[in-house]
Amino acid sequence: MAVSRTRNIGLPLISLLRLNGMPILEQLHLEERLLRSTSENWCLINNGTTDPTIVMGVSGKPVELLDTESVLRDEISVIRRYTGGGTVIVDHATIFVTFICNKDAISGLQSYPQPIMCWSSLLYKEVFQGIGDFTLRENDYVLGNRKFGGNAQSITKNRWVHHTSFLWDYEISRMGYLKLPKRAPQYRQARDHLEFICRMKDYIARSDFIDRTISAVGSHFQLRYSEPKAIQWPRGTKFEPSSRLLRKEELDEAICKSSAVSALLSL
Amino acid sequence: MALRMWASSTANALRISTANASSSSAVIPPAFSLARCFSTVLEGFKYNSSHEWVKHEGSVAVVGITDHAQDHLGEVVFVDLPESGKPVSKGSSFGAVESVKATSDINSPISGEVIEVNKKLSDSPGLINTSPYEEGWMIKVKPSDPSELGSLMGPKEYTKFCEEEDASH
Repeated sequence: MAVSRTRNIGLPLISLLRLNGMPILEQLHLEERLLRSTSENWCLINNGTTDPTIVMGVSGKPVELLDTESVLRDEISVIRRYTGGGTVIVDHATIFVTFICNKDAISGLQSYPQPIMCWSSLLYKEVFQGIGDFTLRENDYVLGNRKFGGNAQSITKNRWVHHTSFLWDYEISRMGYLKLPKRAPQYRQARDHLEFICRMKDYIARSDFIDRTISAVGSHFQLRYSEPKAIQWPRGTKFEPSSRLLRKEELDEAICKSSAVSALLSL
Repeated sequence: MALRMWASSTANALRISTANASSSSAVIPPAFSLARCFSTVLEGFKYNSSHEWVKHEGSVAVVGITDHAQDHLGEVVFVDLPESGKPVSKGSSFGAVESVKATSDINSPISGEVIEVNKKLSDSPGLINTSPYEEGWMIKVKPSDPSELGSLMGPKEYTKFCEEEDASH
């Protein structure tokens, strides 16, 4: 997409990676490697992921967050990612947008959670200009009072990641894998998943959302298009990703713990 | 003895006071109460530019994150710390804190070997918010090069650093 050169003068450079259906674990590994091994600014847009996958935050505990019996029964993959935040179930109808930036990339922005969150909401306000009642509510993107985008971050000494999974669409039955979290935003008001979230497709076409996001990124950065195979990784650097797939044994263990607690409580 | 010094939001606090001076019913809004305006910086501690502190006690150095850091991060809900025996390097990450949606690296102000980890933080990560310099300590290190402490900031320098960092954003 052509972006006016005139308006970009003086803006920081960002490389845009447009991905289609990259598996979410692969995306998370790519993000973390870009965060820790490069010094450029990046924007990733992954249009859907292959298989339905549950993605928990860094401290997520399956026994607390998931209906592990149905997860195991239906053989749904569970990932623990490198960023903070809550649990999502993602699939081909989820659109992922990630920003990986140097701490000084954006003038006046302190690399702490709240300032980064606020900055991101300004960018998405442009995306949703004239489309629905978009706002940042606590740490979620909402239309009205329904969440359609979940955020998480990772902040290092000199760089940060802010990534979002947008619910362009979702399958009602899959929400059943997720328990009501203990730690929930106040505005949720104990609503169950289906009362709490909304589908972005009811507001905007998929391609429009992606085009508008790229345009909004272009108003904050000088955009340069790139692709994963063109990334020049520094030589001699060893990288071990933190995000990982949980083993079946770990989910089985969660069921055992849950049963043990239930047995104790019934005594 | 701890010496409370002005830091971080001092400039903001002063601007608010000045702005309200001419008002006949000047009230400092609750959001800018004294507890929020001023981060604590302690004498006897050394500080690095990524907002960790170190206190040298004989052959042991105790490490944590500053009041300024915990205030900007928000409520800490999880802490990931190394095991005893692991090495730490000055300026490199040795763990992370999770605050609501974000994980933030914790960087060691000194190099050495971890000899003790604050196990209380597993069940009570909020100690980092309520007591960042005391109960919220994170690791104890046997320094491999005590001279590294010389390159860290003292309390006055760190206070000024925080003020300048906040004022520039």
